[in-house]
Amino acid sequence: MSTDAVNEVVIIGSGPAGLTAAIYSARANLNPIIVEGEPSSNSDQPGGQLMLTTEVENFPGFPEGILGPELMTRMKDQAIKFGAKFITSKVTKVKLTDKIKRIWLSDENETELLAHSVIISTGAKSIMLNVENESRLLGYGVSTCATCDGFFFRNKNIAVVGGGDSALEEAIFLTKFADKVTIIHRRDAFRASKIMQQRALSNEKIDVLWNTEIRAFNGENSLNSVTLFNNLLNKEYEFDLDGAFVAIGHSPNTEIFQNQVLMDENGYIITNNGTKTNLEGVFACGDVQDHMYKQAITAAGSGCAAAIDTEKWLNNNIS
Amino acid sequence: MITQLDERGFDELLFATEVPVLVDFWATWCGPCKAIAPILEEIASEYSDKLTIAKIDVDQNQQIATRYNVQSIPTMILFSQGQESARVIGSMSKQALLKKLEGLF
Repeated sequence: MSTDAVNEVVIIGSGPAGLTAAIYSARANLNPIIVEGEPSSNSDQPGGQLMLTTEVENFPGFPEGILGPELMTRMKDQAIKFGAKFITSKVTKVKLTDKIKRIWLSDENETELLAHSVIISTGAKSIMLNVENESRLLGYGVSTCATCDGFFFRNKNIAVVGGGDSALEEAIFLTKFADKVTIIHRRDAFRASKIMQQRALSNEKIDVLWNTEIRAFNGENSLNSVTLFNNLLNKEYEFDLDGAFVAIGHSPNTEIFQNQVLMDENGYIITNNGTKTNLEGVFACGDVQDHMYKQAITAAGSGCAAAIDTEKWLNNNIS
Repeated sequence: MITQLDERGFDELLFATEVPVLVDFWATWCGPCKAIAPILEEIASEYSDKLTIAKIDVDQNQQIATRYNVQSIPTMILFSQGQESARVIGSMSKQALLKKLEGLF
């Protein structure tokens, strides 16, 4: 199915970058359509990574903090207020190399959208360890959502895998339920911000296993243990565990843009001269093109820039 | 319409209902549960003659969650004549959920 009207701008993705681009382009009367994604239990969902977080303490303007999902709901409401239209769907395929860009959706009708310009803000999704039994035990002790599943591990033996801000935030959050939370990290230092490191390391309920990798998840109907590997001592051993929360990092959601939009070797979209990609009329913002900062506020900032770049491009190229 | 179940109503509904029952294990603080709630509402009204959908708040009814080894929410279990016939873990689109339950109700 195809809708004949050519939209001024279609925004793919609805995290802080996409929603800020939506607010700015709606206020500029570009009538943006936002393809926001589909519900999921990982970070690849409408609202993006912040939907699975708790308190956000570093977004300017909220001195008392704000819940991640609440912040995203407010951004969406603000975009709707100025006339942005949302479609709860994923994009399955694009053709962005022509003058009129074509975007196919995941709905039953495989709706096709046409657009003069496209803003890519598909963000990044959490990556899994890809070790034995991980997918089989997902939902049975292996989890990607501490805020969803922490509750089931009250007074149980639980661990968080990873060493970034999200891993430490999850570990601290999980101390609400468990007497002890073990952080399993493959290096000898955390990547996380200083303040998160201080909080985690000074928390009496948190232990860290440094230089340690997970080799396998074990358990019949639920997780019972993990096989660990200490990469300093070269030693493999079993470790009893009821719950494991995987937070080892993210990879950009760029599969559908491959062979059209220029990317670096890790799949991040390359932007130049603001938010421009290699394709005319195609712009990118947020974590999909940022492997350095990855913050809600930097994503929002680049979303604003993308909307301004798009408006300028439309004025110069489409009468 | 979606019924809110408690521990007592749970077994009653499971065995008394002729059509299969899809039970959504959820909680108020779970974001992905909120995202799938309107999808379940839609399915409930579209398939009202073939399927009953009920919700159970795991916060208030932990024993039921334990009985069915629910360790992640949302978890949706399909019961046919009281027996588990399918289990879907995690939030997803309506299309994806219907696909997982295809042919079972």
